[in-house]
Amino acid sequence: MHFDELIGHLGQHTVDGLSKGAIYALIALGYTLVYGVLRLINFAHSEVFMVGTFAVLILWNQLGVENNPPIGQAILFLVLGLLVAAVASGGTALALERIAYRPLRRKNAPPLIFLITAIGLSLVFVELFGQVLPKLLGGVLPAAFGRPRQIVGMPTIIEQKTLFTIGNTAITNIQLIVLIAAVAMMALLDWFINRTRYGRGVRAVAQNPETAALMGVNQERVIMLIFVLGGIMAGAAALLWSMRFGFTQNSIGFVLGLKAFTAAVLGGIGNLRGALLGGLFLGIVEVYGATLFASNWEDVIAFVVLIVVLMFRPTGLLGESLGRARA
Amino acid sequence: MRRSYVRALGTAALAATLVVAAGCQDSGGEEGTASGDCGGKIAIFGAFTGDNAGLVIPSLNGAKLAVKQFNEANPDCKVTMQEFDTQGDPAVATPFANQIAGDNSFLGVIGGHFSGESDATMPIYQAAGLAMVAPSATRTDLTQKGNTSFFRVVGNDGTQAGAVATYLKAQNAQKVFMIDDASAYGAGITEELGKQLGPLVVNKDKIQERQAQFDATISKIKAAQADYVFYGGYTREAAPLVKQMRAAGVQAKFVGPDGLYDPAFPEGASGGAEGAIITCPCLPADKAGGTFAADYQKEYNIPPGSYGAEGFDAAKIYLDAFKDGKKTRADILAYVKSYDKQGVSKYIKFDAKGDVDPTKVVIWAYQIKGTAIEPLQELKLS
Repeated sequence: MHFDELIGHLGQHTVDGLSKGAIYALIALGYTLVYGVLRLINFAHSEVFMVGTFAVLILWNQLGVENNPPIGQAILFLVLGLLVAAVASGGTALALERIAYRPLRRKNAPPLIFLITAIGLSLVFVELFGQVLPKLLGGVLPAAFGRPRQIVGMPTIIEQKTLFTIGNTAITNIQLIVLIAAVAMMALLDWFINRTRYGRGVRAVAQNPETAALMGVNQERVIMLIFVLGGIMAGAAALLWSMRFGFTQNSIGFVLGLKAFTAAVLGGIGNLRGALLGGLFLGIVEVYGATLFASNWEDVIAFVVLIVVLMFRPTGLLGESLGRARA
Repeated sequence: MRRSYVRALGTAALAATLVVAAGCQDSGGEEGTASGDCGGKIAIFGAFTGDNAGLVIPSLNGAKLAVKQFNEANPDCKVTMQEFDTQGDPAVATPFANQIAGDNSFLGVIGGHFSGESDATMPIYQAAGLAMVAPSATRTDLTQKGNTSFFRVVGNDGTQAGAVATYLKAQNAQKVFMIDDASAYGAGITEELGKQLGPLVVNKDKIQERQAQFDATISKIKAAQADYVFYGGYTREAAPLVKQMRAAGVQAKFVGPDGLYDPAFPEGASGGAEGAIITCPCLPADKAGGTFAADYQKEYNIPPGSYGAEGFDAAKIYLDAFKDGKKTRADILAYVKSYDKQGVSKYIKFDAKGDVDPTKVVIWAYQIKGTAIEPLQELKLS
């Protein structure tokens, strides 16, 4: 137990945890949106994120990006990366819904079938990017990409620098970008769901699909919309991940997806603001846990906290339901 | 109409994906029965794909090369070798071990390549009377458990840890921060090193497999003001760890054992691993005996990396046994036990526990330069 270390650098560990949790939160939105409307846990969402990181990798590779480009170029690469990742992830999410879930829904398949389908699709994507793509694209992309299932590095777009120090807490440019970008994306989504006509449709279907249909809301269109929105958020997370950690792998989504799902449950699944809160909370708890014990305890701590929270608040910190997320 | 069209398309796309995925799988070596008086069939298992495959592929290639050369020189006596890709996972290796043990046409096994998968499968092969020759499973206690069918053509982690300790002391290291991945291999070698370094170890941390973010660990390294960081584990975690360390401004030198001898390490860290030291009980390519390095280069168009020579030697032991007309598992096991010949990596003769003679073990330090892993110096064993 390293209480002195935790207390001595509490601010630093909190900032580290927040920037870690911001990425969880962005991915968690995808789980929460789909669950809020369809009551379906889309376990393949972790792979939607993974596809986004590969899209960024391929883009930067094709552009010939090298370590630490000048600031103007760096911003261009990040914006392009965001676009490409959002399109790739959003497209993947949409494809999942059209190809796998919609036919099941038409047949009124029981919820368990959806769950198994999601897990199966997740495995298909993992191996597609682990084995098939490296063989197909091995010639076009760097040698590292041709090693089935192995980690692939990406260039450093922005060099990590300490921007300012408060007490003994140093805040880096990367951490600030990740936090601001993640919160901005989430605020945008929150606004979209709560303030626009499309968002009203989403909330209506989440509350009562039949009544919404009677009032003229096109349910299928709403469902496509939430998958795309969740995908875009995962794409943004993929870009932030690529900028901060600079590597990817076919199996990268598994642990992250699990954590993001945990964050969604922690905050109250089906609740957008809950996903944000759950993600940030989970990130902080993990860093505290890793500091207090050893780093290999962080998952244990995270899940113990999840269980304790759910014992007292079984619907998560903010409670579920997308329909009532206006409050 | 439209609905069924979409569904059919979707099903077809999924099916196509699966077929392509299956088609891209390596066929798992050629089937075929032994012919003539001197042929035979052996199995080789290890992480041929997966997080840390780059460490193992050279050994597989080395073994394939040995078999190919043997079959060309002895056309009447065909030896076949079947590959089993465990991805380095003991849970995948175990069913393969049962399959190999149950198929009497297999006369010997090359593997495992990692300590965890070797540990998990040793009892199965021993019960079946199959010899195992491991090219790169280095955890010390693998040979200390009374197993009678496990041999390795590589030095163990005790020897390697001793060499690392000697190296660090010679470099005048003052504060060594030790990290391991809690795996059979990583925790083992780190613990051995800790014993040898004693008070030079300033602090420790344990991470977990597939971890991607190391903020807490990096805070601890900074707080300890370490001048050396030793990481016991494999590439998958080491590459992001060293990259994030450097990004966070940690200047401490990074040292790791043979688990990091993988081209994916410098590439995965995209520049962050520059100058990192890797120790390995494996020979630099140009130091291997005979024409091995040149033959390997010719066959695969790349120089042999980690354990290419060791994989070649492991296969050579079985090939020599077949040539001597050994045709049963028991005969071959006895033959391996009493093997006593010069190999391309070192002189190969096993002690009663299955280790090679420790005085014949050579340990080298390599350094990352760009994306290359270049030999730096041979290390003193103690």
